[in-house]
Amino acid sequence: MPTFNDFLILLPEAYLTVAACVILLMDAFLKGGQRVAIHWLSIIVLLVGAWLVIDGQPATAVSGFSGMFIRDPVAEILKVFSLLTTALMFIYSRGYLRDRNINEGEYYALTLFAVIGIMVLVSAGSLVTVYLGLELLTLSSYALVALNRDSKLSSEAAIKYFVLGALASGMLLYGMSMIYGATHSLDLATILHVQNVEWRNLMLFGVVFAIVGIGFKLGAAPFHMWIPDVYQGAPTAVTIFIGTAQKIAAFGMAYRLLDSGLGAYAHEWRMMLAVLAVLSLAIGNLLAIVQTNLKRLLAYSTISHMGFLLLGLVEANPAGYSAAMFYAISYALTSAAAFGIILAMSRAGFECEEIDDFKGLNQRSPWFAFLMMLVMFSLAGVPPLFGFFGKLLVLQSAIDAGFLWLAVVGAVFAIIGLYYYLRVVKVMYFDAPVEGTDVRAQPDMPLRFVLSLNALALLALGIAWGPLFAWCQRAFGITA
Amino acid sequence: MDLSLSVLITIALAPLVGALLAGLFGRVIGRVGSHCVTILGVGIACALSIHVLWQLVSGDAKNFNQDVYTWFQAGNLHVSVGFMVDRLTAMMMVVVTFVSLLVHVYTIGYMADDPGYQRFFSYISLFTFSMLMLVMSNNFMQLFFGWEAVGLVSYLLIGFWYKKPTAIYANLKAFVVNRVGDFGFLLGIAAVLYFLNTLDYATAFDSAGALTGRAITVVGGHAWPAATVIGVLLFIGAMGKSAQVPLHVWLPDSMEGPTPISALIHAATMVTAGIFMVARMSPLFEMSEGALSFILVIGATTALFTGLIGIVQNDIKRVIAYSTLSQLGYMTVALGVSAYSGAVFHLMTHAFFKALLFLGAGSVIIGMHHEQDMRYMGGLRKYMPVTWITMWIGSLALAGTPFFAGFYSKDAIIEAVGESHRWGAGYAYFCVMAGVFVTSLYSFRLLYMTFHGAERFTVVGHHGHGHAAHGHAAVVGGQSIHSDPGHDAHGHDAADEHKEDSHHTPGELEHAPSESPWVVTVPLILLAIPSLLIGFFTVGPMLYGGWFGKAIHVEEQNNVLGELARDFHGATAAALHGFIQLPFLLALAGFIVATVIYLFKPALADSIKRALHPIWRVLDKKYWVDEVYFAIFAKGGVKLGRAFWRGGDAAVIDGVLIDGSASLVERIASGGRRLQSGFLYHYAFAMILGLILLLGGYWLVGQG
Repeated sequence: MPTFNDFLILLPEAYLTVAACVILLMDAFLKGGQRVAIHWLSIIVLLVGAWLVIDGQPATAVSGFSGMFIRDPVAEILKVFSLLTTALMFIYSRGYLRDRNINEGEYYALTLFAVIGIMVLVSAGSLVTVYLGLELLTLSSYALVALNRDSKLSSEAAIKYFVLGALASGMLLYGMSMIYGATHSLDLATILHVQNVEWRNLMLFGVVFAIVGIGFKLGAAPFHMWIPDVYQGAPTAVTIFIGTAQKIAAFGMAYRLLDSGLGAYAHEWRMMLAVLAVLSLAIGNLLAIVQTNLKRLLAYSTISHMGFLLLGLVEANPAGYSAAMFYAISYALTSAAAFGIILAMSRAGFECEEIDDFKGLNQRSPWFAFLMMLVMFSLAGVPPLFGFFGKLLVLQSAIDAGFLWLAVVGAVFAIIGLYYYLRVVKVMYFDAPVEGTDVRAQPDMPLRFVLSLNALALLALGIAWGPLFAWCQRAFGITA
Repeated sequence: MDLSLSVLITIALAPLVGALLAGLFGRVIGRVGSHCVTILGVGIACALSIHVLWQLVSGDAKNFNQDVYTWFQAGNLHVSVGFMVDRLTAMMMVVVTFVSLLVHVYTIGYMADDPGYQRFFSYISLFTFSMLMLVMSNNFMQLFFGWEAVGLVSYLLIGFWYKKPTAIYANLKAFVVNRVGDFGFLLGIAAVLYFLNTLDYATAFDSAGALTGRAITVVGGHAWPAATVIGVLLFIGAMGKSAQVPLHVWLPDSMEGPTPISALIHAATMVTAGIFMVARMSPLFEMSEGALSFILVIGATTALFTGLIGIVQNDIKRVIAYSTLSQLGYMTVALGVSAYSGAVFHLMTHAFFKALLFLGAGSVIIGMHHEQDMRYMGGLRKYMPVTWITMWIGSLALAGTPFFAGFYSKDAIIEAVGESHRWGAGYAYFCVMAGVFVTSLYSFRLLYMTFHGAERFTVVGHHGHGHAAHGHAAVVGGQSIHSDPGHDAHGHDAADEHKEDSHHTPGELEHAPSESPWVVTVPLILLAIPSLLIGFFTVGPMLYGGWFGKAIHVEEQNNVLGELARDFHGATAAALHGFIQLPFLLALAGFIVATVIYLFKPALADSIKRALHPIWRVLDKKYWVDEVYFAIFAKGGVKLGRAFWRGGDAAVIDGVLIDGSASLVERIASGGRRLQSGFLYHYAFAMILGLILLLGGYWLVGQG
């Protein structure tokens, strides 16, 4: 029987669930202008959630519900950054949603439920919890993608996402059943320690299927096909969620399944991850070059970034995981700023998402052009920005893992990737604006302020990246 | 008492500080400020150098050898910045800083109206710093640094008037030719490192014996003795820097630079770096008879054949330039017969009298309002008495008149060659003997054409405004930058436009020539004194007294100067003995021939020229060396470059690597784009394929 203690461990999740329900109810009763309260309340809910996560964090890992739910430093960091990036997203999205008459209440409630899914996922101690969190996250996401019901593109993207997601989910579940068959356990810690030679093949099949599920969630090639269509089709306010908090969640899922559960098979799965990494790097970077739509470009950029994240995972030890986690966080923050700028530039009836829309931005909004430049440089991995150190660390861990060739491939594709990021910068600074367009940033003060902070943080964290990395290392038990 | 490290550092850095102040803050501190800081810097360096030399000579201080700073450490290779100061170094330091100081002062007058005044002072101070780093070094790497730095400053100064095409041509030429030499030099340093595992002088010299019996296969399968390879390669560097045949072609053209630097860099100091280097490396060179013979032959060839060209030159600076080449040849010959002290001794005396001759020529050029062609001079002695007398002293020293500085050094070289039994010594003896006659001939020809005989210029001045309107004539040189090549043209603005037309006609002067201002004549006098006396006072100890101690190492069987020392009974006796020796008689013959032809019967010159036309043409064309180089190396280089550009750059790099990879990426991307069809079942299919890929991969791994 669950004890009070179990629920205490679950406090942030429980609190968010209650809050999400409250917001859903408020949405039903509030009218028109009053709904702005939901916006601010949601942000406060998230920030309080983050505070609860940090404040209630026990010194060592604890688990509840018979080991199904784990609260450890890794989960803490992942939750904090999921909550923070989601809060950023809420700030960036308000004007966008209002301009398009998208139901704000549903947006906030669904996102909150998805965030709860993330929190459950990254705290999972058993295969069931993984699946539970994942489904809560993805089901909410399907609905979010389809939120703009009047848009055909949005609906199409939602359907694709849903069908492919279901396929991936099925495969993952199939893999889990094999793992259960081989080990007679759903508990990740138990699975890790089962010595089961005769059922090894079955177990490895399970590993492969689990990796398909993880690959889909990350958006690693060849399980990436949904990414460009969903990124482009979904309302930008939703794309940002898929591009930020969900990446952190995907890393958490990979870590829980592969290390906590299947760590004994690291020798097998790291080779598979290396293959996925190379494919992701190649497909992501090469296809990004030919994109003209910025959201689609960022979609392919995501695929290549997940390739880099996998470089950290292939090391399959705490050093590699901390590098990969650092990378996930750096990517999430950078990507939040990137979509934030797209949101800031868009207005009613106009989606600022073509690269051409950014032509000559420096002449009209020099500050936003500068912020965008920071973001692009960080994505490209130009020192001394945040993204550079992420790349440096994962390349380092690939080398340490003995995958020198993989690091070389990564470095080569990082250079190729430079091309399309710099093209955005070039367009902003050196090209003349397209006639008849007048793309400017919205005069939304909270957005401007937070977005500036977010982009400047990329520079600040690039210069002083030590503390954050040390935090990541501590979470995996590395003491500097 | 030992030499103080801080004193040595001050010597090296004081000119650098001056150069930086004048170069970076020239506008702020102005013209006077610039020449004050640089002269102060070099003055400090000079005074301290003399102090250091004095300490070493008086025996107060021991030789100094210490690392100051670790430059870099790569593997086992430790390279530091350090100083090795013994008497050889100290003597070079004094020569360099003393001549440099006088040239600084002289420049005040010479460059007075030049717009690049501060830049010029910055460069010559920077040069002084570089040259000091070169001579004071205690390792090969720092030597190479100094070597390249002086080359750089030389390049900058030859092209000082950067709007003048001939100057740009000349500095490019100097740079390119020196690259050839430096390539050999660098290989030589690499060979030292390869064989001796060190770049430190002291360590390398101590272990020089280890070279015996070692060999290296260079080309064609023939194994060369290591010492010979090292010696020849290092000497190739010296050939470039000290302008030895066949790398001599840049030095005459370097006269495109302002005259003060011709005196400082292209006569007194930088070009002697090669001589100094070989003398410094004497323990290495002594290991190889072959390398020394090579040096001997090259030096002898340079001494005679470049001197011959000097006879037919009409540009006053070019005559002295060829004379410099010839004298450098003499020094090289001395190196070749293991008479290193003789070479360094001649280096020192030559520094004084050649700097004197160049600065004198500069004074004449000032007086003639930037006319350099001796055919339009003549009879200048009554206009410029100080210049005239000092030039005579310099020329007498150069020609080797007994009691003058040049006599002792040159005579010692000739006798040393006579004593030597090295392969090539017979040829060298002939060359240096004949060279004496040639030297004397062109030296007196220069004097007569410039200072004696009839005036071959006319003064067509605007008498309305005489000298007073222009200040002293020295500083009014309003030649346009597009004047005739070979003229020492200032890059002047059009401040005095009315002078322009008068200068298009050679031989017509605005004003009568006049003596130069004191900043010009004082350095002349200060250089004339050592030109006259220094040989007399130093020949005993420096040449025969083992003055250099262990700085110069000579194997017992090669010690030709030791042989000579037995016959040396003091400077006076040597000079008196010199009057009845063959070299003096040859010099006298040259003097007489020059006097007859150029002073008494000027018409004779033309008839001789006609009679010996084929020879004259060979000399006038400088043996067609330039033409051959131009046809083979320059044109060949351009052709090769074009071939590489078309074949390598345009086709392979741009075509295949750049455009090719871009279009490859483009093709992959558009292919990949087609995969992203938008159809859901394609996407699902891709996922299944991925699953199969992973399973199949696992299957293969599992089976294998």
